[in-house]
Amino acid sequence: MSTVITEQATDTVTEGAIRIEDVVKIYDPDGAAVMAVDHCSIDIPAGEICMIVGPSGCGKTTLLNAIAGFHDITSGSIHLDGELLCGPGQPEAVPGSDRIVVFQNGALFPWKTNLDNIAFGPMMAGKLSKQEIYDKARSMMADAGLSGTENNYPGEVSSGLRRRVEIVRALMNDPKVLLFDEPYRALDSLTKSVMHEALLEIYYRNKVTIFFITHDLEEAIFLGHRLIIMSSRPCKPKKIVEVDIPHPRDYSVLTSQRFREIMNEAKDVVHEEAQKAFDAGEKEG
Amino acid sequence: MDKSMDPTTSASSSEVSSAALTMFRLSSWLKSPRPYLMLIGFAAVLAFWFFSVEVWKLPRFVDMPGPTEVFTEWFSKEPYYGLSVYTPEYYKHIGISLRRIAFAFFLATALGVPLGLFLGWSKTFREFIFPLFELLRPIPVLAWVPLAIIMFAGSETPVIFLTFLASFFATTLNTMLGVESIDESYSRAARCLGANRWQTFKHVVVPGAMPYIFTGLQISIGVAWFSLVAGEMVSGQYGLGYLINTSYMMIEYPKIIIGMITLGIVGYTTSAMVRILGDYLMQWRVRELALGDN
Ligand SMILES: Nc1ncnc2c1ncn2[C@@H]1O[C@H](COP(=O)(O)OP(=O)(O)O)[C@@H](O)[C@H]1O
Ligand SMILES: [Mg+2]
Repeated sequence: MSTVITEQATDTVTEGAIRIEDVVKIYDPDGAAVMAVDHCSIDIPAGEICMIVGPSGCGKTTLLNAIAGFHDITSGSIHLDGELLCGPGQPEAVPGSDRIVVFQNGALFPWKTNLDNIAFGPMMAGKLSKQEIYDKARSMMADAGLSGTENNYPGEVSSGLRRRVEIVRALMNDPKVLLFDEPYRALDSLTKSVMHEALLEIYYRNKVTIFFITHDLEEAIFLGHRLIIMSSRPCKPKKIVEVDIPHPRDYSVLTSQRFREIMNEAKDVVHEEAQKAFDAGEKEG
Repeated sequence: MDKSMDPTTSASSSEVSSAALTMFRLSSWLKSPRPYLMLIGFAAVLAFWFFSVEVWKLPRFVDMPGPTEVFTEWFSKEPYYGLSVYTPEYYKHIGISLRRIAFAFFLATALGVPLGLFLGWSKTFREFIFPLFELLRPIPVLAWVPLAIIMFAGSETPVIFLTFLASFFATTLNTMLGVESIDESYSRAARCLGANRWQTFKHVVVPGAMPYIFTGLQISIGVAWFSLVAGEMVSGQYGLGYLINTSYMMIEYPKIIIGMITLGIVGYTTSAMVRILGDYLMQWRVRELALGDN
């Protein structure tokens, strides 16, 4: 099974393979060491949608931040396409437009219009002319169904639309990896389901590796090639579930027999870890 | 509500101009009870003033000029005390006060905003400037008067220096808080998208701090007037503070009230101008707020 999925994922994608090896992250605010990630190893092939599922406060964001380069790791290493991001001698990765984060609460710049937000990355890089950048931005917005909102500010449009703008802003830079930190957490379930289909649609058009954190199991199975179910803190993979439902998927998948089987397979582990986290009184960082 | 004015309808109104927005806010303001409550407030104060001085003649109000006397003087072509809207002297006081405010406010903004931005941005910079700053800040303007007169030559510079001081502290402090208020994910996003430190400063730190900067400027212009009047009372020639103080010493009481009301009007106008400039520079915020109001 797993080879089929891997092939499917890597079909057209050659870049964006992430190798997380033995990563440990210990926070040490005023001497009270908190171990957030414990000897965690995950291998993500290029072009895979890899869903990281785990209870609140287990250390998922910590792992994502290490990949993005927002903070250092205590030991271990992370490679992107064989190149060291962080590891021995280089404790902190350098943030870059090959790995772009879509934040938990959204981080579109409220003071820039949607169009200016989307043009931001290439404008900073300064490799293309302004005309070329804005033409590309407009056409990417049109592809994502965002035409007509170019001159709106993010604060003027719905939160679902904002998320789409943010994904397009990331894709403008031709990233190898998109890192999602529970982006749909605050959305209601109806908006969520629309967002999921929209995300898949964008993914089918621009295959990149997706590292997607969630604690919503349904979301995880619907979107992912693979679920990495994390233990409660410190975080390390507890169980890996392959989702052998073929892409492209749409919402009818949710009612399929296979979906329910996978759900049942994953549910017990997730519940068990959530219970542990709850008993430990975990809260998110 | 007029559909064309509504900034929430996406595509068609995405080009809402700032003029349309100002009109929209004005019309919704006129439709709210606020302007009428405001008028009632004004009327109540005027009535109290009129009755206590001119009708009831309350004991402590004996020397107080009544509204009739003040307004007759203020709008008289031949004012008894020599000051009305028809005398050039009146405008000279206003003009000179305004010029001092403009100088001091400009200086305070030009120095305070960059200083605040750097204080908020660089931890090291903050560590050696901020304690000094915090020590100087609580010293009231009046305590600076003697030093200002000793330090600066003439009568004009000490007044401008005093006016500048409090404004400068308010602007710097608010700008710094503005930088600190910026959500970390914005600068992280900028770095992800390939912005270097300077680009992040320009595209995230400055615009992100802007709402606080303008809050600071509102406070700054207010305290500028406050310090100006204090300064003009002890030093300098002309100006509204000087007018109020000399009128008191010359026992020309209606002129005190004229000076005070004028100060209120001019002060309010300058602070409204700061607010309008802020709205103009922060369209994104105006539109967000307009959205929130509906
Ligand atoms: N900057 C920090 N300093 C100290 N502890 C932190 C910090 N960030 C997170 N933590 C702790 O690390 C653990 C994992 O946090 P996080 O990675 O945010 O979890 P998750 O994203 O899975 O909810 C939590 O116990 C949290 O309190
Ligand atoms: Mg988290």
